[in-house]
Amino acid sequence: MKLYIRSSACVSPQNTFNHEGFLNDIVEYTGTRLKAIEPDYKQFIDPKQIRRMSHVIKMGVAAAKQCLIDADVAMPGAIITGTALGCIEDTVTFLTRIIEQQEELLPPTAFIQSTHNTVAAQIALMLKCHNYNSTFVHKGISFESALFDAIMMLKELDADNVLVGGTEEMVDTSFKVLTRLGLYKRQPISNLLLFATPSKGTIGGEGAAFFLLTGKDSADNLAELTGLKILYKPKSIEESITTFLKSHLLTIDDIDLVITGRNGDIKNDEVYELLNNSIFKNTSTANYKHLCGEYPVSSSFALWMAANILKGGVVPEIVGEDTNNGEADSPKTILIYNHYQNKYHSLMLVSAI
Amino acid sequence: MSSSVYIAGVGAISAIGNNVAEHLVSFKNEEAGMGDITLLDTIHRKKLPVAEVKLGNDELAAMTSLPANISRTTLLSMVAASESLTDAAIPDFGLLRTGFVSANSVGGMDKSEDFFIDFLADNNKGKLKNVFDHECGSMTELVADKLGISDFMTTISTACSSSANAIFYAARLIKNDVLDVVIAGGTDALTKFTLNGFNTLMILDKEFCKPFDEHREGLNLGEGAGYVVLVSEKVMQTLAKDPYCKLSGYNNSNDAYHQTASSPEGTGSYLAMQGALKKSELTPADIDYINLHGTGTPNNDSAEGTAIKRLFDPHYPPMSSTKSYTGHTLGASGGIEAVFSVLAIKYSIIYPNLRFETRMEELPFEPETKYLSGQDIKHVMSNSFGFGGNCTSLIFSRI
Repeated sequence: MKLYIRSSACVSPQNTFNHEGFLNDIVEYTGTRLKAIEPDYKQFIDPKQIRRMSHVIKMGVAAAKQCLIDADVAMPGAIITGTALGCIEDTVTFLTRIIEQQEELLPPTAFIQSTHNTVAAQIALMLKCHNYNSTFVHKGISFESALFDAIMMLKELDADNVLVGGTEEMVDTSFKVLTRLGLYKRQPISNLLLFATPSKGTIGGEGAAFFLLTGKDSADNLAELTGLKILYKPKSIEESITTFLKSHLLTIDDIDLVITGRNGDIKNDEVYELLNNSIFKNTSTANYKHLCGEYPVSSSFALWMAANILKGGVVPEIVGEDTNNGEADSPKTILIYNHYQNKYHSLMLVSAI
Repeated sequence: MSSSVYIAGVGAISAIGNNVAEHLVSFKNEEAGMGDITLLDTIHRKKLPVAEVKLGNDELAAMTSLPANISRTTLLSMVAASESLTDAAIPDFGLLRTGFVSANSVGGMDKSEDFFIDFLADNNKGKLKNVFDHECGSMTELVADKLGISDFMTTISTACSSSANAIFYAARLIKNDVLDVVIAGGTDALTKFTLNGFNTLMILDKEFCKPFDEHREGLNLGEGAGYVVLVSEKVMQTLAKDPYCKLSGYNNSNDAYHQTASSPEGTGSYLAMQGALKKSELTPADIDYINLHGTGTPNNDSAEGTAIKRLFDPHYPPMSSTKSYTGHTLGASGGIEAVFSVLAIKYSIIYPNLRFETRMEELPFEPETKYLSGQDIKHVMSNSFGFGGNCTSLIFSRI
């Protein structure tokens, strides 16, 4: 059974949401944290609610609704989201009040909106959608877990289409803690020079990307989602990639473009360097984390990007790393390979329709 | 896709027992697990009863050979998950495609709370070790590593229906031939975060909770973990002992009414129960026992009761809320109650709904109040409903 990406909408630190053109108006950031560009939420959310909603809920709801509009689908057969940290803004707010107010006179709103399933729940609530609704919260494969569920659901014929997305917000507290944990660079850097001088650490990001997956063939589909593989501490990623491609009756020679999760951190990027000198040697490669930053569901940005590259037939100059091999024009088959802190690896295969 | 999924092992820890055998004794003796708060440093001590697991982190660590300074959520998970795997005694486990699908709602919040006190005073302070495993996924990863599972793992968090959805997802991983064996369920430890959160919603009973009673006043929070081991038909045939039962039906529906409250007509609960029946190709009359979500809040029990009335009227099976023993264990409740549902089939028992006195005015039925043994139980429905309108029902069937 073939599965297609019918539509996709993405809120990110770039002009990716309801924007004319595709990655043609690149935003440069100097620092180690990229903040999402906020859409005009009034189109999607009741103004009274906008004030009460945290950043991640608003981004998620806007991306989900735009994705449905683009797909011309009023009621999805299922709503599935992935997020590692969930509603961290409301979580921090409630935790802070518990400590500062010594557990007295706490307002409930932050707690109510702190549960990890809030985004998926709010989408269901706004659509009055009673169908399957789930949220995956597994670190760097939260989005892939959601996508895996969506693929199974379509294959089981339990839904005609599935709205699936990845959402993550960065707040001052998480940025500070993750910086202390050594995830980000110690010096400010231009995101556009992220790969120029590799050093320790990356840059933080955030965003929300949603996809409407369907088994229905249509000329309006963005791309075909051909395969997905999630790996935990693989012994050899090179072998895993070969096996994955083989399971789809492909070899690396069939891949026109590889989008990798390079993030500017020397240690993180080691594996991509190795592969660029081995299995990816003769394949065009592209990067994306200089545009959106590193975050646990950043692969949802990569999938949005791959779908749009396939639909438009153009690899934007800003993402191409090694496009000398000529095949990068009008790619037909894209492999996305990302890993999160060298533990969780994922492979996504996307093809032109 | 049509192959059956079998339950080969069970494991549980809650306020009424540190393993499955202790739970069975507590049920029979009608011993509830609630009491004063002893583990949390909170102003609610002596005011709000909770259902604590009766072991400190040092004791849990000793049982699991994990360090004592990690999140209690992980320690509880490890106790129950390893019990379930030992119970299943699957031959050649290491040669099979295995997975761990675990759920929780608080993650490492107990440790993050400690971190945050110092962090708030000075953002450069606070032991990073305490916040390193804040994410819900960390609990799953630590336990999967310890159990030697690496083929597949993920974490689900849909509030109070989390671990029912984990079991549901696990069954589909087997049916889709992704895995042969999955340990699935969930875990949650009591934290100041959840205690205060539920307190702000004014749905905590200051006395021991009275699910499905006309005069119910709210829930008691609990903690624990519960897991079932799901296996494919092929693996089932290699087992040395008979499997407990099958997971024959499941459904996840959304109430789509309010972020925290249930709709008066219980739309989500109704759709979940109805969908699970349809999946298992059963009718309401086939259900021999319902393990209720039954939190004891006026809103939940009214919505769930109304939905049961719509679906089951006029023939009501025996039903009870085991939260009258364990309190509401949030992300763990679906896993713990799945274990209870499986045991109800295995030992032909129905658990009493403790402290029930007065039938709810709007309902023509009431929960079972006595411990019943020797019951002919073929099919058990287990309900788990949560914030965000997330409603999931599971059906377990005798083989």
